[in-house]
Amino acid sequence: MAAKSIISRPVYGTLSPQPGKHHLFVTDAEGALAITDLAAKAPYGFFADAHIIFIPGQDGRHVAALEALKPAQFYQGPSFASALPRLKQTLANAHMGLRLYLAGTEGLIGQAMQAALEAGIDHTAIQTEHRGSLARRIQCVHCKGITENVTTQPATCSHCGLLLLVRDHYSRRLAAFQGVCINAEDRSEIPPTEEIFR
Amino acid sequence: MSTGTTKLDVVVSDVVPVNELVTRFHFRRRDGQLLPTFSGGAHVVVEMRDGERTRLNPYSLMGSPLDTREYTISVRRDDAGRGGSLFMHRHVRPGMEMVISYPVNLFSLDLRASKHLMLAGGIGITPFMAQTAQLAADGGNFELHYTCRTASLGTYADVLRERYDRRVRLYHDDRDERIELDRLLSSQPLGTHLYVCGPSGMIGWVCDRAAALGWPAETVHFEHFAAPQPGAPFDVMLAVSGKTIRVGEQQSLLEAIEAAGVDPPYLCRGGVCGQCETNVIAHDGKFIHNDHWLSEEEHRSCKKIMPCVSRFEGRSLVLER
Amino acid sequence: MGITFRKETFRDDFTFKNSPEHIRRFPFPFHEDSYMYAVNIEPHVLGPKGSVLENLIDVDEHYVAEMQDRALVLAEDPLRCQSLPHMTLAGWDLLELLMEQQALGYPEHFSLTRDGDRWRWINRPLGIDDSFTFGDVSTLPYGPMEYITRQSQGDFCILDQRDGNLWMDAGMVTTQADWSLDFDIGMNFFEWHAPVPLAHEKGIFVRALKFLTNIQQGKPARRLNWTMTINPRLDTSPENYHKWGPDRTTVTPENVGDKVHLRVELQSFWRLPRSNGIVFPIRCYLIKMDELVTQPKWARRLHRVIRDLPEELANYKGLTRYRATLVEWLSKLDDGSPTSPGFGPD
Repeated sequence: MAAKSIISRPVYGTLSPQPGKHHLFVTDAEGALAITDLAAKAPYGFFADAHIIFIPGQDGRHVAALEALKPAQFYQGPSFASALPRLKQTLANAHMGLRLYLAGTEGLIGQAMQAALEAGIDHTAIQTEHRGSLARRIQCVHCKGITENVTTQPATCSHCGLLLLVRDHYSRRLAAFQGVCINAEDRSEIPPTEEIFR
Repeated sequence: MSTGTTKLDVVVSDVVPVNELVTRFHFRRRDGQLLPTFSGGAHVVVEMRDGERTRLNPYSLMGSPLDTREYTISVRRDDAGRGGSLFMHRHVRPGMEMVISYPVNLFSLDLRASKHLMLAGGIGITPFMAQTAQLAADGGNFELHYTCRTASLGTYADVLRERYDRRVRLYHDDRDERIELDRLLSSQPLGTHLYVCGPSGMIGWVCDRAAALGWPAETVHFEHFAAPQPGAPFDVMLAVSGKTIRVGEQQSLLEAIEAAGVDPPYLCRGGVCGQCETNVIAHDGKFIHNDHWLSEEEHRSCKKIMPCVSRFEGRSLVLER
Repeated sequence: MGITFRKETFRDDFTFKNSPEHIRRFPFPFHEDSYMYAVNIEPHVLGPKGSVLENLIDVDEHYVAEMQDRALVLAEDPLRCQSLPHMTLAGWDLLELLMEQQALGYPEHFSLTRDGDRWRWINRPLGIDDSFTFGDVSTLPYGPMEYITRQSQGDFCILDQRDGNLWMDAGMVTTQADWSLDFDIGMNFFEWHAPVPLAHEKGIFVRALKFLTNIQQGKPARRLNWTMTINPRLDTSPENYHKWGPDRTTVTPENVGDKVHLRVELQSFWRLPRSNGIVFPIRCYLIKMDELVTQPKWARRLHRVIRDLPEELANYKGLTRYRATLVEWLSKLDDGSPTSPGFGPD
């Protein structure tokens, strides 16, 4: 029973090459394919000023495809957390003219965007493309805990244990969807759980 | 809500020639109270009673927003213009009573910026006078690049250099000094915002280069007041009020509508704020759009006009006013 | 002689009540017998003496108790008051506005003395007498927004204006009708209104934004909004929904009059001079049904409004569980006779 979608729900596009001096890509798993698709449209030499930060899935696919683009810098790491210091340092030392491209899961896009917003890039200036899992990152509005990879509606908060309605209302600043207790008024009401964010 | 902004009754407290083209005017409140606080980049609309005509021209406030005992504006004499600047230069004297609008800011600083990069050309320096004063008082990070024709026409260049030293760079056309724009734009730290005010050619050039070098549109701000251009007289029917008016050669369409006793809302009178946007009911002829508010598509549609700066040539025009 | 401030609570034993004079001045939000969203914005100008519009920033008999409730909320959850780094200047703008308006409207309770940037602020009801330097955060015990909004009734959102939109970049929100500042801070006008049903489709927010971005200094505007709350709770935040939500199951035909409250927000919109931002005070007024129905016109009209409210709106406002009980209770006070136009009691 997903609610009808609302305006604060992020809208993702299709990556396209932007004018700029440097190009920074952050991507995970299937997101790599959004970059190889972009490469087909990019002008000659585009990747000579590019930096790709990649978090492959467990199957480790797509590394070779990205390396084949011959970016100026390439990094692969085991998790977003492990890539974050590198992303932050790159942004801290960057100049105007840097363009940012995010592709992959909503969790990756959201968290990389969060770092970019803190560095002074407007969200509207960031290219995004969603690929792969629809699993959501949820903030429980009650205990403020973040639960990763939520696929069900409703979902249980992994911190306080409340049963949460997963809303489409999304905060860029927190990089999370909002979870609100679904049976706050009468705890004995337990709606059926459906797997809908896959 | 009602037309425009609240008005302020002021007296001209000083008139100071700055150089051969520019004169500075100081205003205080007639009741001796402080003037309203404003933010750097704000303008006021000055009402000029010129015989039978009322002229309403916007001018940037250039004093420090921290000092509201008086407002100051600088007016560049435009001998080929419609006469507002000539009126200010020729007729406005200390002690004269005038009416100005409350300040309105359509060229506001983005206070999120880690650095403010300002580019001024000629009289486009005036909003930056207030913005630099505001930022300097708060420890803000800014850099001003100012292009003028000659040193003697570099209005306030000396003041700015004295106040801010190396944060101000001057470029003189007669010495063939040019901003190395691409190098400048490519060496700014992430989080910088760019502000441009000057002739429209300069604004266009800077905006184009910034876009090409990867500056997102949200980080580029420009003050683009168009002065209404004179043109051939034309007749207009105002459908709502049932009046037919003639727009004179030196008059804007908005001024002609106002002269007929109809008061559309306005804020900038320069084609940027969108307040006076007017629907076209019928037309036979061609529009001369001079605004920066309507999209190109809207210009082509012939369904809307900004009467503060745009004109019409042809047989008939009916507006929803 | 000034206001006599009530000793009362908005939690636990819920001793909140309106005096008879305060019932008469309640800002009843329905000018006709039905309700639908509209861009109901008008100039915020002074209204009649004895109304909530007697001053542009209203202080009433609940002032001291509301400020004590706010302090309790903030002690429990400091995230109800947040300001993004670029919003400090706007905080000073707000401090100036609220000090000036409160001192102007209630000189027996508040006074402000300015000598350049050396300011002295006296708040007698809360026993505060502070001298500070305007613009210097180190001279106040809190940031400027938090300092003054701990002393002003209502929630406050400060909006940054840029790129043709308004961004909720600072706020003090402890008496909200079920929205979270901590979640919504940083969002633009459309995003933070996203959960509101029907109004987007009607183009309400596009028109409202156009109006708000053109608000001029010295010309504030206002509108009324409403919802209902069970028990006189100021803090009906989503954060605490699991604590106050069960209240909604406790409404019975016997306790409607005491438990069910109409909650009206007087929202005003002011251009801030130094920051060019907009402040959006949301002043909350509560009235229990027993108090409201002392005005027969309001009883009849509220019955018709609640009875005919579209389903989505009733859901959004959280009325669903007790709507039938409430309508049944109100119907006994509605003899079907016509109600006069306008908000006021007959």
